Amino acid sequence: MPQFDASTFASQIFWLAVTFVALYFVMARVVVPRIAEVLEARRRRIETNLEKAAALKKDAAAALAAYEKAIGVASEQARGLIAEAGARIAETAARQEAETARKLALQIAQSEAGIARAVSAAMAGVRGAAAEAAADVAHRLVGEQPDRAQAEKAVDAALKSGV
Amino acid sequence: MAQASPLAQFEIKPLIPIKLGGLDLSFTNSALFMTLTLMAVVAFLVLGMRRRALVPGRWQSMVELSYGFVGNLIRDTIGPEGRSYFPLVFTIFMFVLFGNMLGMMPYSFTFTSHIAVTFAMASVIFIGVTILGFAKHGAHFFSFFLPPGAPMFIAPLLIVIEIISYLSRPISLSVRLFANMLAGHTLLKVFAGFIVSLGAFGVVPLAFVVALTGLEFVIAFLQAFVFTILTCLYINDALHLH
Repeated sequence: MPQFDASTFASQIFWLAVTFVALYFVMARVVVPRIAEVLEARRRRIETNLEKAAALKKDAAAALAAYEKAIGVASEQARGLIAEAGARIAETAARQEAETARKLALQIAQSEAGIARAVSAAMAGVRGAAAEAAADVAHRLVGEQPDRAQAEKAVDAALKSGV
Repeated sequence: MAQASPLAQFEIKPLIPIKLGGLDLSFTNSALFMTLTLMAVVAFLVLGMRRRALVPGRWQSMVELSYGFVGNLIRDTIGPEGRSYFPLVFTIFMFVLFGNMLGMMPYSFTFTSHIAVTFAMASVIFIGVTILGFAKHGAHFFSFFLPPGAPMFIAPLLIVIEIISYLSRPISLSVRLFANMLAGHTLLKVFAGFIVSLGAFGVVPLAFVVALTGLEFVIAFLQAFVFTILTCLYINDALHLH
């Protein structure tokens, strides 16, 4: 078997040592640092990207929170304004209503006074005319001119009982 | 050559005779394939990484895959302090793997099928690991030969067994690789010889040879892996004792 031919051992071991040591130095000096560098660069890149993404996500969350807070404040304010406006409108309406009611009451009172005056004037007119008519009627029937005061008294009595 | 014995493929032939003192250090076919392995490994790793791409292509992926494979192996067997042994372990793995794979080419030579080569590698690993163990733990390294928790009365027996098992490490490490390569290549050659001698029935050994070739590729990878993982385990033993 060629494997046990001791005369080849020295050469085999010598060249094994030469090639293996050469390969080891190329590995340790060139290959391994280069691969490690590429892998490290990739790892760092991924890491920084992940960090960036996390920071952006945090920013987005903060922006969302601020937005929601602003919305909350604004809707609170809007509710306040609505309530205030409602109160003001109600107050104005009440005031105007009271004003109108007061004016109407005044007008009613004035109108009633006018009516009362007209009624009493009319009544006075009616009384005079009635007394005159009564005196006239009495004159025609009796041929005697009744006293004016007497006729008025009779009309008064008649009005009182008639009304 | 094709009609030669199945062992003829393992013959070492000097290509450039070199004599140094009384030693024959000729550049042989074995040395040629060691050199080719060296160049193939360097070309594979250096050219694969020449772009240093952030997103690797196919070739760079293969380089990173082999780097990560050995890296994981070291992390799993030795732990974080195994990092400093990475260049050595990576060199062992790539050297044995490419040596085995180049040996799968027809008419090539498999230098890992020689006990002188595998035993030299295994001895260097064994001696290096032993020195590492003593440098790290001093005389305490001898406690490695007595498993913790063992009853004292069987200690003499255990220590003898442990020492024998420790000393047989370079033998088992080198013989495993050498014998696998030797047996596989011899078997391929034997079946290949049958193809011609059986005439029309030669298709049967031909099918065997095709199947065996696939198996041999698996073994070529597996033996490189086993050699590497055992190296890692030995380093781990030296660093952590048990």
